[in-house]
Amino acid sequence: MKVEAEYKYTQNDEWVRVEGNLAVIGISDFAQDQLSDIVFLEYLVSKDDEVAKGDEFGTIESVKAASDIYCPVSGVVVELNEELLDAPETVNSDPYGEAWMIKVEMSDPDELDDLLDAAAYSKKIEESES
Amino acid sequence: MGKKTIYDKSVPGRRGIRFPKPEVPETPLPDALLRADLPLPEVSENEVIRHFTKLSQLNHGVDIGFYPLGSCTMKYNPKVNEAAARLHGFSQIHPLQPEETVQGALHLMYQLQEHLAEIGGFAGVTLQPAAGAHGELTGILMVKKYHEVNGEPHRNKILVPDSAHGTNPATSAMSGFIVKEIPSDERGNVDLEALKAECDETLAGFMLTNPNTLGLFDENVCDIAAIVHQAGGLMYGDGANMNALLGIAKPGEFGVDIMHYNLHKTFSTPHGGGGPGSGPVGVVEKLVDFLPGPVVVMEQDDSGFDFPYYYFATPKHSIGRMKSFHGQFGVMVRAYTYILMHGPDGLREVGELAVLNANYLMHKLKGVYRLPYDRVCMHEFVLEGRWPEVEDIHALDISKRLMDFGFHPPTNYFPLIVREALMIEPTETETKETLDAFADAMLQIAEEAKTNPDLLHSAPHNTPIGRLDEVHAAKNLILCCGLPDSYSD
Repeated sequence: MKVEAEYKYTQNDEWVRVEGNLAVIGISDFAQDQLSDIVFLEYLVSKDDEVAKGDEFGTIESVKAASDIYCPVSGVVVELNEELLDAPETVNSDPYGEAWMIKVEMSDPDELDDLLDAAAYSKKIEESES
Repeated sequence: MGKKTIYDKSVPGRRGIRFPKPEVPETPLPDALLRADLPLPEVSENEVIRHFTKLSQLNHGVDIGFYPLGSCTMKYNPKVNEAAARLHGFSQIHPLQPEETVQGALHLMYQLQEHLAEIGGFAGVTLQPAAGAHGELTGILMVKKYHEVNGEPHRNKILVPDSAHGTNPATSAMSGFIVKEIPSDERGNVDLEALKAECDETLAGFMLTNPNTLGLFDENVCDIAAIVHQAGGLMYGDGANMNALLGIAKPGEFGVDIMHYNLHKTFSTPHGGGGPGSGPVGVVEKLVDFLPGPVVVMEQDDSGFDFPYYYFATPKHSIGRMKSFHGQFGVMVRAYTYILMHGPDGLREVGELAVLNANYLMHKLKGVYRLPYDRVCMHEFVLEGRWPEVEDIHALDISKRLMDFGFHPPTNYFPLIVREALMIEPTETETKETLDAFADAMLQIAEEAKTNPDLLHSAPHNTPIGRLDEVHAAKNLILCCGLPDSYSD
């Protein structure tokens, strides 16, 4: 299972890529593998919405299950990946790249310290695989 | 598999039956009601019979084979239930008939209310809800009204365990509550510390399925109820898994205030595509006044000579109607027949055998399949459909392969807290031979997963059609049938 070295991760399998004060957010390769074929994605937030860490920002559905997606950091939503809504299967094929979901202008970048780094996240996956 | 629809078999002028000569004078239909374009198929009677008999043979049902679909309690539905439901006194009455002309039907409904109350340990029962989730909605609306009437409308939070049926949080959210999830501990019980942390002055209630969807009886159920009650909340019981408790334990006595029964699971009425559901709700004394109205009430004078009289009445704080007319009456007749047929001792035996069968199967399979919560189970158990040393075999592959052996697959991917979950509920109605045959198939499949995984990936092989494209099915919904001409390949 691929884990991007430079990204941060949540216990709930979201990832964050930091670009200056922007947090780009998606779900991990492990998450998409667990869900299997993704058929539907919905955002529960809009541009300019304020979000708090832990808020649900979307719902993702596969042939197996539906799952909520949570915001790893607090801030303001500045962009949503609208193209993903029409091609949710991109989450399966390119979870760390094309399948980014939202970009959040962080209000408290210190929150990033609470997230898992790649090594800690890899360990978490390994534990659940065994 | 024949792909022709009944319309494809239509030939102009062909007919199934000749109508008899009318015994009354003929009157032409009004012109406005006549149409030339009504596209009904023109086929002979034997073609109709063959067409639909063939279709029915492509299906799997509990009359055809084993159906261990976890949490659905796909027990055999005794045919005597059907005979009772077809009695003219039950099938040829109308819900708008005056009460005094349907006393027999009301007697049955009253007795069913009483029997269900006795079985669950409750003081009152409504028969209105038309499904399990409908029963949940009924119960949660009663929770809401109860707090309102008691001057505590600020109680707006419902707690659900992470092993809950998805309908529990959905029902709570639909009813306007905030939903909080409580994790399970390593034994599969509700985590008491996490529960206590959420029990504050906003607590409206806790929705507990017991036995839970892991098939485990919560070992701390009385403590859970005490914690919830102390915080001023109500205990909702999801009765989907009541089959395990029949005649053994009464939810009303282990702290549940409100519970729905699934007549179509526990009480052997048809299920799935076979018939409408029915989800009566039982409540403890303090909630009887909140039941949906009307309920059936009995009046009898003290002389002991007169027959009792039954009528409909609406409780004082009733949440109102949950269903037009009186619920699924035909289903009530079936469930009532089942209860009377078994009697108290028989119902207890149902519960005992359901638990015995599940434990028997669990012990035959554990070790070969991983059993994440290894305890004595109740009516069902949950295995993992994966092996760390075998790549790319999923619960779905195992399930599809099971179809080759003539078995309906178990529930897949639920509960969510088990990886690649296979949730197996054999029910009490299966023989040891059937359980052994199923276990043999499961063990063979586990072997094949390691030696010939492609056999699983390409399964099923022995069914009318092979592996379906689930992605395509989920993304390209055809929600409504067009006219036959509008179909294209």
